[in-house]
Amino acid sequence: MHLAYPAVLAALLFCTGLYGVLARRNAILVLMSVELMLNAVNLNLVAFDVWLRDTLHAGQALALFTIAIAAAEIGIGLAIVLAVYRNRGSSDVDRLRDTAETDAAEALPDDEYGTEDQATAAAGKAKKAEATA
Amino acid sequence: MTLAATAAHSGFLSPTGVEIAFVLVGIATLGAALVTVTTKQLVHAALWLVVALGGLAVEYLLLTAEFIAWVQVLIYVGSVVVLLLFGLMLTKAPIGRSPDADSGNRWAALAVAAASAGALVWVVVDAFRTTWIDLDGPARGSTEATGSFLFRHWVLPFEALSVLLLAALVGAIVLSRKRGKEQS
Amino acid sequence: MTTTTLAVLVPLLPFLGAAAGLLLGPPVARHRPETGLRALLFAPGFVRPLAVLPTLGAAVLAAVVAARQGGGRPIDAATQLTPTGSVPIDLALHLDGFAVLVAVLVGLVASCVQIYSTAYLRDDPRYPSYAALVSLFTSAMLLVVYSGDLMVLLVGWEIMGICSYFLVGHYWETPEARAASLKAFLVTKLGDVPFLIGLFALAADTGTFRITGILGAVANGGLDHPTLIALLLLAGVAGKSAQFPLHTWLPDAMAGPTPVSALIHAATMVAAGIYFVARLLPVFAESGAALVVLAVMAAITMIGSGLAALAQDDIKRVLAYSTIGQLGYMAGALAVGDRGAAVFHLLSHGAFKAVLFLAAGVVIHAAGTNSLAAMSRMGGLTKRIPDAYWTMTVALLALAAIPPFAGFFSKEAVLVAAEHTALGERHIAPSAAGWTVLVAGLLAAVLTAAYATRLWLLAFRGRGAEAPDHGRQPVAMTAVLWILAVPTIAFGLTVGAITDWFDGHALTPTVTTAVLSTGVGLVGGLVTYGAWRHTSALAARTSVGTVVAHPDAEPALIEAQAMTAHTAAYGADGDAPDPADPGRLLLGPLHHHAAAGFHLDALYTALFVRPVRAAASLVRFLDREVVDTYVRGSGAVARGLGAAVRRAQTGNVQTYLSALLAGSLVLAIAAVVFANVNAGS
Repeated sequence: MHLAYPAVLAALLFCTGLYGVLARRNAILVLMSVELMLNAVNLNLVAFDVWLRDTLHAGQALALFTIAIAAAEIGIGLAIVLAVYRNRGSSDVDRLRDTAETDAAEALPDDEYGTEDQATAAAGKAKKAEATA
Repeated sequence: MTLAATAAHSGFLSPTGVEIAFVLVGIATLGAALVTVTTKQLVHAALWLVVALGGLAVEYLLLTAEFIAWVQVLIYVGSVVVLLLFGLMLTKAPIGRSPDADSGNRWAALAVAAASAGALVWVVVDAFRTTWIDLDGPARGSTEATGSFLFRHWVLPFEALSVLLLAALVGAIVLSRKRGKEQS
Repeated sequence: MTTTTLAVLVPLLPFLGAAAGLLLGPPVARHRPETGLRALLFAPGFVRPLAVLPTLGAAVLAAVVAARQGGGRPIDAATQLTPTGSVPIDLALHLDGFAVLVAVLVGLVASCVQIYSTAYLRDDPRYPSYAALVSLFTSAMLLVVYSGDLMVLLVGWEIMGICSYFLVGHYWETPEARAASLKAFLVTKLGDVPFLIGLFALAADTGTFRITGILGAVANGGLDHPTLIALLLLAGVAGKSAQFPLHTWLPDAMAGPTPVSALIHAATMVAAGIYFVARLLPVFAESGAALVVLAVMAAITMIGSGLAALAQDDIKRVLAYSTIGQLGYMAGALAVGDRGAAVFHLLSHGAFKAVLFLAAGVVIHAAGTNSLAAMSRMGGLTKRIPDAYWTMTVALLALAAIPPFAGFFSKEAVLVAAEHTALGERHIAPSAAGWTVLVAGLLAAVLTAAYATRLWLLAFRGRGAEAPDHGRQPVAMTAVLWILAVPTIAFGLTVGAITDWFDGHALTPTVTTAVLSTGVGLVGGLVTYGAWRHTSALAARTSVGTVVAHPDAEPALIEAQAMTAHTAAYGADGDAPDPADPGRLLLGPLHHHAAAGFHLDALYTALFVRPVRAAASLVRFLDREVVDTYVRGSGAVARGLGAAVRRAQTGNVQTYLSALLAGSLVLAIAAVVFANVNAGS
């Protein structure tokens, strides 16, 4: 089989995932795009392993490891997304702007999200209180 | 690849059956992936991701890596996507079309992605246009072969990985515990 | 102890007193409970002994040194601290007859001033620092007097300059004192710059800073540029000794406390310039041109200051101008090459001018004003302050050179020297210098007698309301007047006995000049008396705004108030619109100009102050508008760039990631392209 086929497919899948990571708003969709990128890498690993006929099977072993690490990553990532969602009432990536350079960086989180949802505002306040405690 | 091996295979214009199958499945996989990153329905994105990951499993099979193909189906389709769906549900993701699924960054993202796709495809094609994979002979990734190399050469990284998974498990639990309960 | 050791102790004692006073002195002792050593030293009873005793000790030691030296051969002692390269600088003593006598005068006047100050500034919170500065000043003057090395002399010279700045500015709350102290400092420094260059030129010509070495080199004809050096040094002398045209700081310096005026501006600091020329007279004598310049300078100073003194209203400014005039006599004596006469007049003038200033302080305290116009409308002042009245009368007679007081003999010595030079009997100086000094001296004698008489008549023969009763003057203030009155009366009579100290040549008066100068002095006094008789009738009819301070305040406070009030009441430091002033009648149309010091200050303002101010405002404009524009511009550019960069910090992680990946993509493509280009080539 022509090696270019899996290599081109992997490249395109990777760029698709890249687009998703950069363009998607929902954090879970971003995680999905990350999975696509990881799988593109996996495809490359497997294809080149088959092509090179490595005696150690390094490509396939690394592909397996990548799958395991991806599983771990999706678990941690989802936990983080859930924690953020619980505190902020939103899992939109482009609204998590605490690191933005503003004149009133301190006041931004409470003002912006507090008016949206009283419950989440209370949660945010609770987190803030914990941070100061 | 020797010149003889290259000559033994035919060129682009006379593809083998495996190649045709690979390309077709690849197109389907790519299409599913594209829909995954562009659809406005969040749950549909997850489902299209199943299609893409399943297509990749078929590609692994075509590349004679059967164990990895099954692991792919088990781990990704079986658990990762299910986790993602749970995540969507827990974050009260809207069902149906949500017009703001893409952030304002999408045009920049499109430009970056298209540029990197062009660059990568150009480089890859330029580098591997005369390279063929020899799929004959015993399967490279049969379960037996995989077990043998995994527990003969890679047993130490394998065990380290298990520790990593444990740590990830603990981390996920710690992160997802509710703060209120912790305080009380 | 050897004479040298004693002589070293003389400047050292006041210096140690000053150091102790300045280091340990409490800035605001009465507001803070002191503990330990400071409490012991600066309990109210200890500040004054610390101020008075070192100076008194120095005076006694100076007298002992003078007695031991006895007018014999000069005593020289030197020690070199460290090699300094080409021209060595030694800690050297050079004790000749002039040095030891001037040191006695400095010690005596400084001790009297310190004692007087204990009463005069008795409630002043800044008294400790004041006393320490006076001690430091005395020490610096004694160093100048004894030093045998010009660099060490310069150290004392400059310390005096800075001390006079602080002391004149003692009442720094008043704008007059601030301006006067700055003016004194700047004008004397203006003279010190050429002075320093002159010292270096002198050392370059003779190869040493030692006075003995320089005099030896001069005697051997080792001086290459005598006129240049003498003129450069004369600039410094004119600044320090208040000679025309650098005299303008002295009348303004009367803004300081009266004891400071007595110390600095009568007996010590201004004498330093004269004393310096006396020491290095052979250097000046090398250049006839320099002597003529000095003679002309002295003549203008004598006559101009006499006219100005006749027009002043502030009693201390009269005395200040008279000091300038008497310094002119000394400079005249030097111009005719007779340093014995110059130093003789310096000594007697130091004594009687100290009496005059200190008595004037008592008068100002008693009258509550420093204005002669106000005093002339005040009766009974003589009854209130008999000590000041009598001592001041004696001192004024001495000033007017009436025999047998000290001023007569010393002024005679000057005039005799001038006469001898003019008639060609002395050949040190050109006869032109002699004629100049002689004529100017006689004219100035008339003026001196006139303003002395005017001062006495206006201050003590006033008619009108009774002077306010301040009670008895403190003993510390009146006693020193009598102490200083002794040399004022008797010093001239010792003229025959002290020739040993003055190079051994006689200073006795001759009949011609004695008759001439006494005659013109009497004429000046009588004319003034007549004018006063004529005008005093007016005094009763025209009233002036009198200024009377609070009767119970300390003398220094009254003086400061009087000074401020004088400007407020009359609109000028030295002038008063008093038609009853005999000086106004005598001077006629000149009065207005004389009262303003012949507008020299205005001239200097137009010539120097305005251009300097204009240049300063130009520099300010350049700095603010031109240089700062670039500074502000660079700041604004940096801020703008910062704001632009800040705009990129949106907080959106996806934006950051896009930029990051785009950047790495560009790098990757560039790497691939370059790799291909290089591979292809």
